[in-house]
Amino acid sequence: MIKAEGLTKTIGHKQILRGIDLHIPEGRFVTVFGPNGAGKSTLLKTLALISKPTSGNILINGLDIRKNADVIRQQIGVISHQTFLYDNLTARENLSFYGQMYRVPQLKDRIFDVLSEVGLEISLNEPVRTFSRGMQQRLAIARAILHDPALLFLDEPYTGLDPHAIQILNSVLRRLNLDRRTVFLITHNFEEGFEMSDRVLFVVKGRIVYDGQKQELKKDELRNLYLRKVEGAA
Amino acid sequence: MNTLNGIRAIIWKDLASEFRTKELLSSMLIFAVLTIIVFVFAFDPTKDIVRQVFPGMVWVCFLFAGILGLNRSFVSEKTNDCITGLILCPVDRSVIYFGKMTANLIYISIVEIVTLPLFAVLFNYRIPLKAVLPLVLVIFLGSLGFIAVGTFLSALSANARSSEILLPVILFPIMVPVILGAVQASAAVLAMAPAAEWISWIKILAAFDAIFLAIPLVLFEYILEV
Amino acid sequence: MKYDYETPRKWKYHNILAWTAFLTVSAALYLIFMWVPNEKIQGPVSKIIYFHVSSAWLAFFAFFVVMVCSIAYLKTKDLKWDIISHVSAEVGVLFTTIVLVTGPIWGRASWNAWWTWDHRLTTTLILWFIYVAYLMIRSAFNEEEKKARFSAIFGIIGFIDVPIVWMSIRWWRTIHPNIVSSGGFAMDPSMVQTLLASLAAFTVLYFYLLEKGIFVQRIRSQVELLKQRITEENS
Repeated sequence: MIKAEGLTKTIGHKQILRGIDLHIPEGRFVTVFGPNGAGKSTLLKTLALISKPTSGNILINGLDIRKNADVIRQQIGVISHQTFLYDNLTARENLSFYGQMYRVPQLKDRIFDVLSEVGLEISLNEPVRTFSRGMQQRLAIARAILHDPALLFLDEPYTGLDPHAIQILNSVLRRLNLDRRTVFLITHNFEEGFEMSDRVLFVVKGRIVYDGQKQELKKDELRNLYLRKVEGAA
Repeated sequence: MNTLNGIRAIIWKDLASEFRTKELLSSMLIFAVLTIIVFVFAFDPTKDIVRQVFPGMVWVCFLFAGILGLNRSFVSEKTNDCITGLILCPVDRSVIYFGKMTANLIYISIVEIVTLPLFAVLFNYRIPLKAVLPLVLVIFLGSLGFIAVGTFLSALSANARSSEILLPVILFPIMVPVILGAVQASAAVLAMAPAAEWISWIKILAAFDAIFLAIPLVLFEYILEV
Repeated sequence: MKYDYETPRKWKYHNILAWTAFLTVSAALYLIFMWVPNEKIQGPVSKIIYFHVSSAWLAFFAFFVVMVCSIAYLKTKDLKWDIISHVSAEVGVLFTTIVLVTGPIWGRASWNAWWTWDHRLTTTLILWFIYVAYLMIRSAFNEEEKKARFSAIFGIIGFIDVPIVWMSIRWWRTIHPNIVSSGGFAMDPSMVQTLLASLAAFTVLYFYLLEKGIFVQRIRSQVELLKQRITEENS
């Protein structure tokens, strides 16, 4: 699904990614941990085609990102701590805008489906600025899965979420993973992050310092292992 | 077809969002009318000289009001990081540019449609009926060039710390040909001068428009890069 | 801790370039002030033309370099191109300023008016504004990468704009002719030779200033890098 080779990213004088090789097969749930400024977000942005790598290759679904950007973007959904939503538009209008950009077929039905999945169907015609933070985050989840992406990227999605929204996010992620969608999650939250993942990565100083399957790990060891790896790499 | 759909969706999104609050349009309109009033105070409307500077005043008013709209155009996309949402969309980067550009062109056109008659009334300036069609063409070409390069540079300056100061300073030198062409052509058209006198200006305006509509096809993706 | 930077060294041909610049500029000055006769009607003030025209050439060339290096930067994302465009733009603005100062002095003496909206002078004025805008874009961004990218984009469209500005201003002036005409004057062969010599001297001077400026910028970015390193190590 995702295949990255020798990925580097330099911004100005700063080398953010220093050679990342990564292969994520279809339907996997990968969770990435790492200290602040380690390059996790940059890695996500590069894989999600928000920013371009300085060198290295990325293949998504076997397609080179340099040649087939628009085809690949159709397959990608992103949830970050920012919502990407227009405050003055209603929930329906926001989704309808993004739906048109992604050319979602049967858009009206689809909008209703995703809104009921995140429990916002009654707020369909309310402008987003009247929403609570949690509701906006749920709508952002609906926006990200509207075009049924094969690949979902999440950048610190748990920050600022209320328990209800966390529950909804987790059930959406579980459902997507059952549908063999690939999920790439960045988080500081060991609890939530470990629970659903089947593979764990640690990124420190622009490199992958640990890459392990979930079966090999125990939940309570994760934190210690993380601290050891981060210190070892520093 | 997909390209056109994307452009239409962005225009629709911008207009729907704007017409809900009318924040931008109302301030552009009020500012334009205030500019007229300033001109009335500055140049006595009963004097003959007004006939000569009329086209210049009209364009100064359009440009100042237009800058207000351009300043907001991409800065507004920073709320909730909507610009990243746009970058993620599976469309060519130029679709984003042309969508935003057309929305801006619609705003400035609304301002022009409202203020031009007001100008004529308040300065007691009779616009000859035969001049209306060429005048509309000149205003369209002038506004198109202004908005084409303005939208591009507004996307550039939106990333800066103080974008609303930066935009006018970098925009006006680049659009000198538009200012010259639009003012000169409007003056010639309003004076009912023979077509030969303004047709060259139309050509310069059209050339400028074509060049600055083509540049974003190549360079706009570099502005959106992160 | 290993440091992966090296202190920038002077370019190995720096001294040769410096001496060439010194000698050609001295030779040009000799030709201008000692050798070439004054233009018959204008007298000594006609000597300004050698500085005026050469500065204009240098500025234009500098802005051309800005565009070329801007394209190179966007293609490669290598900051060395950004440094060259930056320094070249600064040199260009400096010499455009010289054109704008010497123009009116010459104009005052020969046409009895400080400023005429002659199309060459007016285009130069707009050129000055365009590249001051370029420098303002540079100071409006903190991050090295944004500064480089956005100024490169502007460096390209600024240069594309120049011919259109030129055309429109020339057309504007043909409709509203100047009261004072700025027509050229008859140049005799010795004047042409002196002008060519000063053009050559200014070109060498440009490369000298460019090289010097690049060196200063490289030291500056090294200092930035060291500062970053220190804060990283302290944190």
